[in-house]
Amino acid sequence: MAHHAVWGLVLATFVAAFVEFVEALTIVLAMGLTRGWRSALAGTGAALVALAGFTAVVGYALATWLPRSALQLVVGVLLLIFGLQWLRKAILRSAGLKAQHDETQEYREQTQAARAAGEQRRFGLDWFGFVVSFKGVFLEGVEVVFIVITFGLNAGNVPVAAASALVAGLVVAAAGVVASRPLSAVPENTLKYAVGLLLATYGTFWSVEGLGVLHGGRSLEWPGGDLALPVVLAGWLVLSRILVTVLPKVRAREKVGA
Amino acid sequence: MSIVRAIGRFAYDFVIGDDWKIAAAVVSALLVGALLLVAGVPAVAVVLVTAGLVAAAFTAAMVIDVRR
Repeated sequence: MAHHAVWGLVLATFVAAFVEFVEALTIVLAMGLTRGWRSALAGTGAALVALAGFTAVVGYALATWLPRSALQLVVGVLLLIFGLQWLRKAILRSAGLKAQHDETQEYREQTQAARAAGEQRRFGLDWFGFVVSFKGVFLEGVEVVFIVITFGLNAGNVPVAAASALVAGLVVAAAGVVASRPLSAVPENTLKYAVGLLLATYGTFWSVEGLGVLHGGRSLEWPGGDLALPVVLAGWLVLSRILVTVLPKVRAREKVGA
Repeated sequence: MSIVRAIGRFAYDFVIGDDWKIAAAVVSALLVGALLLVAGVPAVAVVLVTAGLVAAAFTAAMVIDVRR
């Protein structure tokens, strides 16, 4: 794999994993501080075990059963949809058409729900704190696993992708231990914009290459090979900035016309 | 809610997300690309046209979203 492709892989998985881990941390902190750390950490631990099993099964299935071009098509399509969903929200937020995502607000809502919930104990644990922590860590973790597997398999370097995500997780966990509050200082909307651009770029690249499964089974080639990646990234960036400028005018015209 | 329904809902939320039009845009653009390829259009042209179609379909989905 080319040197720039390795750094692209490291950057993409690190940033994407970082954002997901911040969301998981917000939920675990809210549960830990309101319902008790024992249940919150037990839920987190159980989710990590479930994630390890999920990763092993899905990773093995993808790597074993699908030819390279089919793999590129399947994961490229998923990644592209995934990335464009993120980009859609980022564009709407940047254009002022959707409220900014606020981790402090999310934390406040989670803690209020946790305080309102009744006391129910199972296996010596506060069940609400355990279940909410488990769900938060597992769902956000599945997104990280999905990104690591797809990026890693396509780039032919799962260990580098996994290591990037692991470092992101450790950074977020360390920050959580130090701060013991939601990481609202992290410019999450900006990060999500960047991640949306990266996922859309790799998703476009791989899904189009994967169309080769219909053309003798060999992946299609972009003009310039991997060097087309920065061009695709620039294309998504330019289009997103145009949409940020144009969409508010479209909305305003629609309101006047209504 | 049964486990099957819960898994189905999770899969829908995970893959399709908040706006089904984005998924529809991506699949439509790639389907056109696949048809061009099967019809014998040169691979390089298919790559460039399909990428352009994905961008155009995404733009259309965003405009529809904002106009509602």
